[in-house]
Amino acid sequence: MVLCLTLVCLFCAAVLGGVYALTYEPILRANENVLKASIAEVLPEGVEIGEYETIETGGKNFEFYAATKDGDEVAFAVKSTTIGFGGPLTIMVGVLSDGTVYNTSVVTCNETPGLGAKCQEKDSHFREQFKGFGSDKKLWVTKDGGDVDAITASTITSRAYALAVSNAVALVNYLTGNAPSVDTYTGASLKKDESNVQEEEEK
Amino acid sequence: MGKKLSLITDGFIKNNPTFVLVLGMCPTLATTTSAINGLEMGLATLFVLVLSNMAISLLAPIVPDKVHIPVYIVVIATFVTVLQLVMQAFTPGAYATLGLFIPLIVVNCIVLGRAEAFANKHNVWESALDGIGVGLGFTLSLTVIGLVREVLGSGAAFGWKFMPGDGVLAFVMAPGAFLVLGYLMVIFNKYLKKS
Repeated sequence: MVLCLTLVCLFCAAVLGGVYALTYEPILRANENVLKASIAEVLPEGVEIGEYETIETGGKNFEFYAATKDGDEVAFAVKSTTIGFGGPLTIMVGVLSDGTVYNTSVVTCNETPGLGAKCQEKDSHFREQFKGFGSDKKLWVTKDGGDVDAITASTITSRAYALAVSNAVALVNYLTGNAPSVDTYTGASLKKDESNVQEEEEK
Repeated sequence: MGKKLSLITDGFIKNNPTFVLVLGMCPTLATTTSAINGLEMGLATLFVLVLSNMAISLLAPIVPDKVHIPVYIVVIATFVTVLQLVMQAFTPGAYATLGLFIPLIVVNCIVLGRAEAFANKHNVWESALDGIGVGLGFTLSLTVIGLVREVLGSGAAFGWKFMPGDGVLAFVMAPGAFLVLGYLMVIFNKYLKKS
């Protein structure tokens, strides 16, 4: 009895070990391709994408890639995560050095299919509206008094998305020296002013 | 040959896992938000079902009765993990949508149910056919549920949008899954099962 179970488990473990070793490289490559594609999508054409860098600021860890053209830093691709309706929502945000959003793309998304998951649709009005978003507009959904049109029936996803973009812009403004510090928020269900209140209470 | 063929067709109608046996409801309700998702989930389960049925029909005579459930679970979990790794490597898109529901195939009642009810009493060949039949039945059921929900909820079929704007959003959410499943079950049992 024990012998039988042991043998079956040993055999299965060996099979799994083999498959893991065989698929290790392809999985790594597949993940890398997804990341590379999302970076290329959000940056202007013809720039040189630099090495992966991280920075901890405003109480959050950011991963970003600086893009250079003729030796000048012209843009940044920032991986920005916030909490959406179905868990973490990670997007890649391309921001030009003057703080204008160039484009955005989704890296991981667990939002409800047919509702929040629509944020993955390229060329939709929701995605297009972020292009060229500058400091003259507010990166909150219209419901909270900002300039971002939310996806129908998906306010929480839209808030998370706008917040992720806003955090990325804040980081780039900090990196380029346009802003002295980074104020970021994580919870999408919290409105911006609510989280301000919370932070003040903590102080 | 007729008997072999009926092993496959049984899985479609007489032993249809979704509408007759009512097994594997968790992935049925959760992953059928669109026809493509239902199809992918069905095919993933089909893969595990055929392989685990075959392995268990071979193992059954040598496994002592007392430990047969643990052995079956280990075998099933192995195939599921293999599937998970392979999908991650070669179909990252499908893996991203199905995510959590791939590891959950381990505890899908259909897989263990067929192992207990069929594979441990039949030979490899028959078990494989039974796996194909039940797996295809499951795939077909999930695709139909997904298609109905997609058409009503998003105005699209297999990702192709034929109607502008949104459909009845409730069909994309959980309540729609129960409604569609219930009505399809009624239709299936009233018309198809009799013939």
